Amino acid sequence: MQFMLLFSRQGKLRLQKWYVPLSDKEKKKITRELVQTVLARKPKMCSFLEWRDLKVVYKRYASLYFCCAIENQDNELITLEIIHRYVELLDKYFGSVCELDIIFNFEKAYFILDEFLLGGEAQDTSKKNVLKAIEQADLLQENRPRQFFFLSAQLTTEKPL
Amino acid sequence: MSDVVEKTLSALPSLLSLDSQAGAGKLSPSSKLGNLIKGITELTSKHEEERLIKKELESIKEQVASPNTTMRQMKEIMVRAIYCEMLGYQASFSYIHAIKLAQQGSVLEKRVGYLAVSLFLNETDEFLLLLVNTVLKDLQSTNLIEVCMALTVVSQMFPKDMIPAILPVVEEKLTHPKEIIRRKAVLALYKFYLIAPNQVQHIHSKFRKALCDKDPGVMTASLHIYLQLIKENPESYKDLTGSMVTILRQVVGGKLPLDFNYHSVPAPWLQIQLLRILAYLGKEDQGTSEMMYDVLEESLRRAEMNHNITYAILFECVKTIYTVHPKSQLLEKAAECIGNFVLSPKINLKYLGLKALTYVVQQDANLALPHQMTIIECLDHSDVIIKRETLELLFRITNAQNVTVIVEKMLEFLRLTCDDYSTIDLVGKVAELTMNSVFSLGGDVMQPDIPNNFLRLLAEGVDNVEDRQLRLFAVDSYVSLLQGETAKLPQRFLQVISWVLGEYSYLREEESDPGSVMRLLARLLDQRHTSTETRSWVLGAMTKLCSSPVSVALARDVCERYFWLWCSFIPQVDSSLSFLDGYVSEALAAGAAPYKSPHQRQEDLVQEKALSLEPYGLSLPVSLSSCSITDRRSPTLLSMSSVSQCYFSSTTLKLEGVKRVWGKDGYLAQQQSAGETPTPLVELPSPLLSPQSPPSQTQKPSSGLEPDQEKRQLASSLFVGLGSHNSVCLVRFPSTVWLFIKHCQSANQSNVVKALFKPLRTLDHTTSNGNPHVEGTEQRVEAGGPLSLIRGNGMVAVVPPTHTQTDPQTQQDLHPAPALERPRDLPLTSHLPAELSGLARSEFTPLCSDQDSSLALSACRVYKEDALVLLVFISNNNDSALHQMALQLTCKELEVYIFQTGLNNKVPLFFSEIPVGRSRNQDRNTRGSSNRDLEKPRIFCENFRNSCMPLTVSTGDYGKMWLSFSHDLKQNLQLVTTEHQEPLTATLDALKGKLHLHVVDIIGSEGIVACRLLQGPGQGQPCLLHCRVHADSLAVWLRSPVPELPDSLLYHCQKALTET
Repeated sequence: MQFMLLFSRQGKLRLQKWYVPLSDKEKKKITRELVQTVLARKPKMCSFLEWRDLKVVYKRYASLYFCCAIENQDNELITLEIIHRYVELLDKYFGSVCELDIIFNFEKAYFILDEFLLGGEAQDTSKKNVLKAIEQADLLQENRPRQFFFLSAQLTTEKPL
Repeated sequence: MSDVVEKTLSALPSLLSLDSQAGAGKLSPSSKLGNLIKGITELTSKHEEERLIKKELESIKEQVASPNTTMRQMKEIMVRAIYCEMLGYQASFSYIHAIKLAQQGSVLEKRVGYLAVSLFLNETDEFLLLLVNTVLKDLQSTNLIEVCMALTVVSQMFPKDMIPAILPVVEEKLTHPKEIIRRKAVLALYKFYLIAPNQVQHIHSKFRKALCDKDPGVMTASLHIYLQLIKENPESYKDLTGSMVTILRQVVGGKLPLDFNYHSVPAPWLQIQLLRILAYLGKEDQGTSEMMYDVLEESLRRAEMNHNITYAILFECVKTIYTVHPKSQLLEKAAECIGNFVLSPKINLKYLGLKALTYVVQQDANLALPHQMTIIECLDHSDVIIKRETLELLFRITNAQNVTVIVEKMLEFLRLTCDDYSTIDLVGKVAELTMNSVFSLGGDVMQPDIPNNFLRLLAEGVDNVEDRQLRLFAVDSYVSLLQGETAKLPQRFLQVISWVLGEYSYLREEESDPGSVMRLLARLLDQRHTSTETRSWVLGAMTKLCSSPVSVALARDVCERYFWLWCSFIPQVDSSLSFLDGYVSEALAAGAAPYKSPHQRQEDLVQEKALSLEPYGLSLPVSLSSCSITDRRSPTLLSMSSVSQCYFSSTTLKLEGVKRVWGKDGYLAQQQSAGETPTPLVELPSPLLSPQSPPSQTQKPSSGLEPDQEKRQLASSLFVGLGSHNSVCLVRFPSTVWLFIKHCQSANQSNVVKALFKPLRTLDHTTSNGNPHVEGTEQRVEAGGPLSLIRGNGMVAVVPPTHTQTDPQTQQDLHPAPALERPRDLPLTSHLPAELSGLARSEFTPLCSDQDSSLALSACRVYKEDALVLLVFISNNNDSALHQMALQLTCKELEVYIFQTGLNNKVPLFFSEIPVGRSRNQDRNTRGSSNRDLEKPRIFCENFRNSCMPLTVSTGDYGKMWLSFSHDLKQNLQLVTTEHQEPLTATLDALKGKLHLHVVDIIGSEGIVACRLLQGPGQGQPCLLHCRVHADSLAVWLRSPVPELPDSLLYHCQKALTET
């Protein structure tokens, strides 16, 4: 995987993870163009894009777009499942995740992502293992508040099929 | 965009305030980050956001710089800095503090510090060096979380040069009791392998250990490395096939812990990884492939559940099955599987189905057949991605007949698309199609406007990056085409290639040796099948490329060899050769001696008694005065560009007469037509005739159908260009083809021509000249008569013919009635065709004969009004009838050109080389009485001396012409002195004899002489000489309307006189 972007329906970047070294300028350009391209696509269209020399796999969950750029020989469907697994992880961690969870706790979203994908490769696809690793680290944090609250703008983790 | 955000999040503030009242929650809106986010959402314009962030960054800057800021505060600040960066604002001042946080913070603070570092910095960033010690310390920490964090950060980014510093510690982690550490260590090593493969070479054995790790997670991680290793060098890892197959079998069989299941599918990521590895291992390796057939089949079978993840596995499985050595049973199943994808209502699966089809049709185009309808539907799909993938699929199944429709579809798509990237990609494909399919298959017969869109696209347009990329693409693909076998490429295509390379080669110059393109073009020139027109294009391209010393050297070489070509075949060529100006001036700048015109040179030679200079055929002068680099009006370029312009004039493809893509039999039925143009005029050579010639080089015998004249002509023209060295072709139609012979190295005439006769006795020969088909058949049946061989050392070529086929009268003329009884010594003069009998001709020169003199070759030149004809007589002095004859001409030193004389002789309709030989068979003398057979093919000598014709004018006309000609030249020549003649008369006679000049008049010490040029640029143009004896030399004054003619003539006069 080359990079992963999370952005809202309004085109606001919520998370970005780059697995290939690129300059800030390039990153910004790619982000801008890709966000535009993806947002312009209609819901019934297919989740894969051939964009420049990359393959882009994206999926929308509620108001958030998850977007991954992969190499040419990579499997698109499994990338779609990577996105889905990541959403499942977020959902499990935050408990019915919504966009606001990710906005306000983006560093947590990053930690989860790092535990799931390492250097662009799926490192641990087991939900249990990833979350265990995160919780262990979290436990070190004093008095981490565990109450969750739910917003009306809740993310419905779209289950495929 | 941000104002939309506000609207959507307008509900946010109330929620946030509600939350703050609750006083808890992970949103912690009371925190500074919360406030910042809240603040941003309340803004209404991008401008305001900018101001707010700027303010925020100011405050962050202030805080990080303050010595009183605790690490805990720093962590909070860092999160805010990350946030600002994510919004697109630079917070580079905080980078160093992120590193500091990672260095000095507690575990949690460290985690944020590492995160900030990994988000802020790049692999190449110098700041990272500051992190090396921290990472090293954390790797050695007893706290697992710290080790994990350090491993995470190194597998994301680490300075390449610092890998050795931490490598031993990371290696050590491979044996760590905790699987999570081992896994991360493996992935870190994978990263190291990617950025610096040689640094981890020594630990390959440890990778194997990881592969055998008891924890499936660690094993999975190690597969990343193996995938990479095997991809790069599958041969060294064939021994792993068994292990991989076993692992896959276990996974598929559900032997892994349930933890690894994903939606009740066992370890799909692992499965896909293994399938990819197997694909690399089994590619082009039957033995290895056989090991995996079973498990592949099982994977296909197991992955039945209707879930995305199983489709992912199926897709990978199909890909693997089509990559490894094929097994029909599996292929069938895979094809069926692809069918499911294509037919799926789910658009993602449909897309992958098309993609899989695209992949597999390259092996078997039949696979697309069942999905024709779906493909056509997809072609009009509302989703451009699907459309494009469909075009990609069509691109793969393009052939001669459907190409136009496919290109049309692509262009249609192009008109709709606005994305530059896909435009370039597609245009490249259109280009490739036009190049590879249309050109290769349609060849020379196709409409010239088919590549128009492409050429226009290349030439037009602003000089922006996209255009350049496209041009570069074209150049690159053409270069790679030229590097391959070019013999099959049609002439027109080669012309386009030359143009593009000439125009745009400079684009790739920085990445390659500048001479390479030049060399490729030069190679093209040297190839025998390249037509003259193409050569002129190639030369044009080379002229444009003369920019580097290598190129100039090559150009010089090429110039020498092909100079005559310019002169003789491109009438519109710039006679002042201004296209060479750049080259000349560069050569001059490089210290080369200034050019001397041939007569000057000759003079020098005569004076210095230096080596004799062998001419390169027709020599033309370059007047130094015209050598200005600024002369941009080079007609060469102009003519080229005018050709391009007419190419560009039409914008749309012609679709008339083009078959639809999908016929009853689909596009597949057309594969057989992919061959070269039919050549009904040619038949297989008899093996006896040409033991050295591979039969594959000649074409299939034609069916009994009589092709129409036009096609036949075309085919024969094409066929002429098709043969290659050492081939013998029997042409069955006697018709007239003019053969051009060009003396390249007249010095070596021996073994120039080899004529091979093979009389074949046909017992029941019944046909006349007119029915070639029957003749052809019989010939093959009856092959096997005695073989006479004549090796001539003269310049002989025998060619059969095409166009007089329609003119039996001519035929008759050319082949006098065999009934004529002739004594053996009857002068050959009597066999001259009537049309040639009254003309000036040279002596008959016996060329050669076979041992018993039953067959003999002789030749003479006849100066026709509009042509120089070389007649070759083949005499059969035997008593037996000569029914058929095969003639082979081997001409390594000769450039032989055939051109068909169609409507008039002035314009060569078609040029092509005769590769080695032409042969003909001729049946004759069916009455069997006297047996002298004569053949009189006409041969043109393209040589100045031979193309110079006497011009008969009266003295009065001479005077008028003299005054009207503008180009003149004066020179002194040596006089020929004989005993019984006036020096002037002797000299003029010598010239007359050698150069076929017409002496108009001799008055006292002055003589006027006239001649005209038969061929070449000055075709038909006169040249007048005025000679006056002046002391011991002859002062000649030449005039002509053609600038180069006096010079050439003078040169030849000098040469002729020197010889006497």
